[in-house]
Amino acid sequence: MGAPASSPAVSAAVAEFALRMGDNCLILGHRNSEWCGHSPALEEDIALANTALDLIGQTQLWLGLACEAEGKGRTPDNLAFLRDVSGYRNLLLVEQPNGDFGRTLMRQYLFDAWHLPLLKALMGSADRRIAEIAEKASKEVAYHLERSADLVVRLGDGTAESHARMQAALDFLWPYTGEMFLADALDEELAATGLAPEPASLKPAWQEHVGRTLADATLKVPEKSFAQKGGRRGVHSEHLGYILAEMQFLQRAYPGASW
Amino acid sequence: MYAQMVKTDTKRVRSLDEMEPQERAFQERIDAGQKIEPKEWMPEDYRKTLIRQISQHAHSEIVGQLPEGNWISRAPTLERKAILLAKVQDEAGHGLYLYCAAETLGISRDQMYEQLHSGKAKYSSIFNYPTLSWADIGAIGWLVDGAAIMNQVPLQRCSYGPYARAMVRICKEESFHQRQGFDIMTVLAKGTPEQKAMAQDALDRWWWPSLMMFGPSDDASVHSAQSMAWKIKQNSNDELRQKFVDQTVPQAKYLGLTVPDPALKWNEEKGGHDFGEPDWNEFFAVIAGEGPCNRERLEARRKAWNDGAWFRDGLTAHAEKQAARRQASRIAAE
Repeated sequence: MGAPASSPAVSAAVAEFALRMGDNCLILGHRNSEWCGHSPALEEDIALANTALDLIGQTQLWLGLACEAEGKGRTPDNLAFLRDVSGYRNLLLVEQPNGDFGRTLMRQYLFDAWHLPLLKALMGSADRRIAEIAEKASKEVAYHLERSADLVVRLGDGTAESHARMQAALDFLWPYTGEMFLADALDEELAATGLAPEPASLKPAWQEHVGRTLADATLKVPEKSFAQKGGRRGVHSEHLGYILAEMQFLQRAYPGASW
Repeated sequence: MYAQMVKTDTKRVRSLDEMEPQERAFQERIDAGQKIEPKEWMPEDYRKTLIRQISQHAHSEIVGQLPEGNWISRAPTLERKAILLAKVQDEAGHGLYLYCAAETLGISRDQMYEQLHSGKAKYSSIFNYPTLSWADIGAIGWLVDGAAIMNQVPLQRCSYGPYARAMVRICKEESFHQRQGFDIMTVLAKGTPEQKAMAQDALDRWWWPSLMMFGPSDDASVHSAQSMAWKIKQNSNDELRQKFVDQTVPQAKYLGLTVPDPALKWNEEKGGHDFGEPDWNEFFAVIAGEGPCNRERLEARRKAWNDGAWFRDGLTAHAEKQAARRQASRIAAE
């Protein structure tokens, strides 16, 4: 990316980009937190809650930036708890239901393998605020990727049942991965101004990591390559509405109250 | 407290003079305030009682994740969500330390799970009550963690080394839990009329079950007397309950909330509060499995365990394959 330029405090492009980043973290963190107390092993319960906690922390940073760049006086809680489905900008991948623990892990892995190279690229963003959040988050996400990749390998190359479950999870989630690399007008603007990398530029690193991990896991990369898309322009799956109904309940039922 | 009515196999606490030399030496070390460590000799009943107590404590932490976990996805702000997640994660961590402490006494975590899932092992009665509103998350932190701390602070001086050391770490985190609960209650009590009503409703429902956490009066219990002689229990249930009431009543007053006990009043002479008797029939019913959420809680734990069997088996199988591969490559290299 280009030489750091001083970005204006208020920028519609930065605000929209920060929403995309924050919403991914919030929705995936929410999904992971649904396992709290219900995981297959105590150590996994702790690790997954820790991942969820990191993601909620990153949400606070990205949505904080979105508010600042938007300049309308909204708070991160306003954004999280008072936007409807069409205002959410997350990838469809992260809102997919947890399924079994294997699907939850596979979703995490496919996301982490994209999230880390993205954050690394963002550390060189022309906007210092983006670069700083990316630097902090990348340390956490490096650990997320290490853990999720390791578990995908161990379960893929485990028993016949664990292998079959991981393959089924991969097949189910695969169509939601293409969206990560598609560019729209905003992405082009962000790339041209050195704020964020072109989405397609992240694909080789992702493919390399995923190819290697799935090979180690003895899992087969699905052949179909169609991509389900729409999350970044607010066209979601049916699942997001239920997530928001649950997540936003108190703020909606008691408007204006402080908590 | 998280361990209630822990039984010993004792009929009567014996004096030093009645003990065989080995047991007498053991008791003298305890009397002198020394810690007992895993590999050292200990009476079988001491070992069994500790397993009961520590595993009950561990199960309480694990089952205790459920009522609070119930509100993570509905926490009202990002900050509250993060704090609650961290807290429930801490509870899982406490469970882990405690299972490890119990394992030093010769029982495996899988065996303890089996006892929990079969209903043989108990967990604290308090976690069989439902969390119906956000204020319940505040009330649990304030009252339930507050009651747990009363019991756990003295347990840091417990005679069994691994348990005492686990308790040191746990207590640090519990005081953070209690503060976050009180903070939730403070915001609600000073909030809108609906929020204040929510806070009062939570106090009304959690007050008596919190007092029951200490268990019925045990002044006449031979089990408690034996546990106290072994220093795996330091105070009587009534002492701890009194301390809890005396600490909590001024906090309720500060919040502008009413403790739901008409008999509650300050007794100048004893320098503490007089208060009413919890409904012990309700307590025994909850212990016997008839509380509002016993079935859901156990079912959730069993489901997590059963649904996760493939996951654990997968990891085990992979570890075995890796070991076999290492072995094969070693042989090939030779």
